[in-house]
Amino acid sequence: MNVRLYVWQRLTAALMVPLVLVHVAVIFYATREGMTAADILARTRGSIAWASFYGAFVVAVAIHAAIGVRNVLTEWSPLKDRSAGIFASAFGALLFLLGARAVLAVVLP
Amino acid sequence: MRLRARSQRKVAKETTEVTTEGATKDSMSDTRSDLTVSLWRGAQQGRYESYKVPWRENQTVLDVVTFVQRHLDPTLSYRFACRVGMCGSCAMTVNGRPRWTCRTHVSSVVKDGRLEIAPLENLPIIKDLAADMRPFFDKWQRAKGAFVPARTRNDEIERIRPDSTARIAADAAIECINCGICYAACDTVRWSSDYLGPAALNRAWTLVNDVRDDANAERLQAVAASGGCHACHSHQSCQELCPQRLNPTASIAGLKRRTMWAYLKGEI
Repeated sequence: MNVRLYVWQRLTAALMVPLVLVHVAVIFYATREGMTAADILARTRGSIAWASFYGAFVVAVAIHAAIGVRNVLTEWSPLKDRSAGIFASAFGALLFLLGARAVLAVVLP
Repeated sequence: MRLRARSQRKVAKETTEVTTEGATKDSMSDTRSDLTVSLWRGAQQGRYESYKVPWRENQTVLDVVTFVQRHLDPTLSYRFACRVGMCGSCAMTVNGRPRWTCRTHVSSVVKDGRLEIAPLENLPIIKDLAADMRPFFDKWQRAKGAFVPARTRNDEIERIRPDSTARIAADAAIECINCGICYAACDTVRWSSDYLGPAALNRAWTLVNDVRDDANAERLQAVAASGGCHACHSHQSCQELCPQRLNPTASIAGLKRRTMWAYLKGEI
């Protein structure tokens, strides 16, 4: 890990703190209110606010987790920095694609 | 935090036992009972050999090793110099933990009358209890651990206020004796041979806080690179086992902050 990766990992962690809290609060609210999938989609579809919220969440997770995976690989696997970086970048891209697909599914009108 | 080191040494064959037979009568005059001491013999490949050493009041682990060499096996290799906790030469792994053997009393570490002594972990073994310290000191160089004066001998001597924030931070970390105990105790060093380690980074922190030094841009660059301060997981084994009661983890945390701001300002 160098200072550039360190800063990105800490910044994305700081960003995720409020996002996780709001996300958990939304889960509690939706389940306690007994909202159906249709109720939820009615609120999220076409919403720029929810698209921005979960879009930022997905980006932060993809960057944060990829850096963490890279660290694990460099310390615990025989992979060198470069190979670990390529693998971790691919993992981050996969997380981003899966997350973006999920967000688009609930926010596109 | 895992303090007991996972051994990287390879045992070649069964241990053997050597007794105190042949030791002089004088040397055993205050014997209460015998200690069983297992010493690593060989290099990376080797084995533990057991010795019976007389138990005495106030003996140190280094005394025990010296007894074995003087009375039982003169081929035993180990390293020491000052015997009073100043030079940092005699660190070894004692019952699984790295310790300065000249200031470690047997009574404080012995378990069931047994001592197991090996060279420091995370370093190549030269022979028996002597570890090769070159990787350790090479990393001091990589971390820019050498003082680079900003002034010449012809300039006026800089006045340093002992109560200044920078000097207080430097003083808190300055008393390192280069024993390598923190390096041997560090999990991150074990996982990543590229990691500079607690002692080199602690040294860099003292110089970063030394206003007389003129190499901080290069130093911050060096410790912010891959294998530098950001690789530290803050397990704190270094500060737990440092015989000088230093806290390299805190020094490394200081470097993390300092390099982060330097990076955000575009200085490194």
